[in-house]
Amino acid sequence: MLKQIEGSRAVAEAVAMCRPEVICAYPISPQTHIVEALGSMVKSGELAPCEFINVESEFAAMSVAIGASATGARAYTATASQGLLFMSEAVYNASGLGLPIVMTVANRAVGAPINIWNDHSDAMSQRDSGWMQLFAENNQEALDLHIQAFRLAEELSLPVMVCMDGFILTHAYEQVDLPTPQQVDAYLPAFQPRQVLDPREPVSIGAMVGPEAFMEVRYLAHARHMQALERIPQLAAEFKRVFGRDTGGLVHTHRAEDAETMVVAMGSVLGTIKDTVDEMRDDGHRIGVLGITSFRPFPTDLVRAALHKARRVVVLEKSLAVGIGGILSTDVRMAMSHLPVPVHTVVAGLGGRAITRKSLHRLFREAEQDVLEPLGFLDLEWDLVNKQLARERNARRSGPAAENILRDIGTVASKIA
Amino acid sequence: MPFQPIKFYQTGTFTVGNRLLNPEVRSVQSHRDRSNAINSGHRACQGCGEALGARYALDAAMEATNSQLIAANATGCLEVFSTPYPETSWQLPWMHSVFGNAAAVATGIAAALKVKGRSEVRVVAQGGDGGTTDIGFGCLSGMFERNDDVLYICYDNEAYMNTGVQRSSATPPAARTATTMPVGPHPGNVFGQGKFVPAIAMAHEIPYVATATVADLHDLEAKVKRAMEFHGARYIHIFVPCPLGWGTASNDTIRIARLAHETGLFPIFEAEHGVQVSALPIRKQLPVEEYLKPQKRFAHLFGANPEPGVIARIQQRADRNIRRYGLVQQEMVL
Repeated sequence: MLKQIEGSRAVAEAVAMCRPEVICAYPISPQTHIVEALGSMVKSGELAPCEFINVESEFAAMSVAIGASATGARAYTATASQGLLFMSEAVYNASGLGLPIVMTVANRAVGAPINIWNDHSDAMSQRDSGWMQLFAENNQEALDLHIQAFRLAEELSLPVMVCMDGFILTHAYEQVDLPTPQQVDAYLPAFQPRQVLDPREPVSIGAMVGPEAFMEVRYLAHARHMQALERIPQLAAEFKRVFGRDTGGLVHTHRAEDAETMVVAMGSVLGTIKDTVDEMRDDGHRIGVLGITSFRPFPTDLVRAALHKARRVVVLEKSLAVGIGGILSTDVRMAMSHLPVPVHTVVAGLGGRAITRKSLHRLFREAEQDVLEPLGFLDLEWDLVNKQLARERNARRSGPAAENILRDIGTVASKIA
Repeated sequence: MPFQPIKFYQTGTFTVGNRLLNPEVRSVQSHRDRSNAINSGHRACQGCGEALGARYALDAAMEATNSQLIAANATGCLEVFSTPYPETSWQLPWMHSVFGNAAAVATGIAAALKVKGRSEVRVVAQGGDGGTTDIGFGCLSGMFERNDDVLYICYDNEAYMNTGVQRSSATPPAARTATTMPVGPHPGNVFGQGKFVPAIAMAHEIPYVATATVADLHDLEAKVKRAMEFHGARYIHIFVPCPLGWGTASNDTIRIARLAHETGLFPIFEAEHGVQVSALPIRKQLPVEEYLKPQKRFAHLFGANPEPGVIARIQQRADRNIRRYGLVQQEMVL
């Protein structure tokens, strides 16, 4: 059924149709609307049986989910930014124990400086945690990926993060096709845990593992991710049969045929990139797009196959590995090993800095002229940066950097373009 | 079987052999069919108070729940010495997640059981003092405040023993630990404000709070069984001497625990819904030196440069406990 609703509401409706049995909620923007909606559904009795637990921290949210999942309940939570970092120890623990928890990450910058707007720093910080990480391009995909995530997580007994851009998707009202509960029931079978705490068959879970077996246990996590590389496209195909929609999967290309320049990205920025690329195609530019839905596991072979014919690759990423540059682009470079194709990292949109078609047009034309550096920063205000660097050269006690820069800018609304 | 009436506190040790008791009031530990929830063969040190406390508490809880019990465990000695896989001591479903989240994991287990209609299965969480009063305190307080159906048991040996005897917020003043060494003008741990979690648990007004030591098996078991009569959040704080960390003889664990009670340094009481309802009386109050002297962690208070002023301050703490919790019978205000 087509509905004009907020992205968070769409996700909440999808999660509810997956019949979670334990939901842990701790408020952090911009994921709050999701758990608010779910809390209301549980309280009204619309979503039952389900325990909705208002916990005292994100660390507790993931810990409650761990306990619930290990007791055989389908468990869900949502978080973002500082919250994801605060629960990080439990995030690693959930995947290490092989508990199929599903969590929405409403992607948001990580402080300091504190910033509530969108980028991918939070999810990227957990890229090695052992969770599968799926990135939604739009609200329809966010909705659909949650349904696929429960299926994927429970089949492989591994947790899944569904990443959706904070505010850009979570707070955007757009049309989505809501499935029926019957469709979801047909797609998502009841949770059959691999391990469960039950007095009828006592087990110990979470024992200490020493050097004799630790590597094997860790390797098994990797092996499951490799299995996921096969299952994710199959689950997307099955999803299409039940719901009639082509969403999910590992990667998607757009106008990639005969492209000399390929742009790689994840999440909602793919929409702006596709619009820009369409305009450039109309002007005769040979440029295409590779959108990555599954960041973990990383579909190395598919990425290589999609990019190997290009003359250059531009990875536009909403995160910064301070001290080296890109995160997604590092993985793309790995996939492109021994290919004579330059890969450019362009860091963009940090802390909600808008990524405009105008800037992308300029960027992609520079790429075509082969004037891009290996690492670049889209729309970085060099004047502000250089002024602060000069201040630090000139005075030992130059003061807090972020506050200095804000003072230089003066009173303005948040910068859009 | 003929019943021989006896006064419970009739011997010099204030204990009485099970054989003199009516079978119905004998300890769970004396039953041949006790569950052995934490089985023998684990790797705790000789004389470990925590291993003893966990065995007493869990066997009592298993009996009270007809063995329908699941345990969540914080990281710490108890977790490490009990599960060097492929060996595990646990005869009940047991889970360890991380150091600071045992209370929250237990909440999740309880929530899952509730949603699945398994009301007969109960949940216990357990941790040491570090996992309870320090790193796990946020999750513990949250579990209390929500009144989740969990019995949390803290085995308090007054420092981080698993990592090599570092100070915790449960370490008593003047005690030597690896991070409060007996050097400088004020040797040992500082006299802080203290952090007595049973009192903080009472402030949450949860249904049941109790303290106990491994010296009084009957009292400990009774409190665990009493706790299982309630639903909602419950807290039992068990005083468990650590021979390794405290520098005591491994055959002195019970005696040291008893002295902690008899000096007033560790008050033994129960509270329901935030109000104290009982206290285990001290028959004859002993000076704190009796408790401090056998422990190497307090050796610097005696020896060549004795610290009578410090000992007097510790005595004041014991006296305050006796007044506050009504531990000496004639002063009881209950």
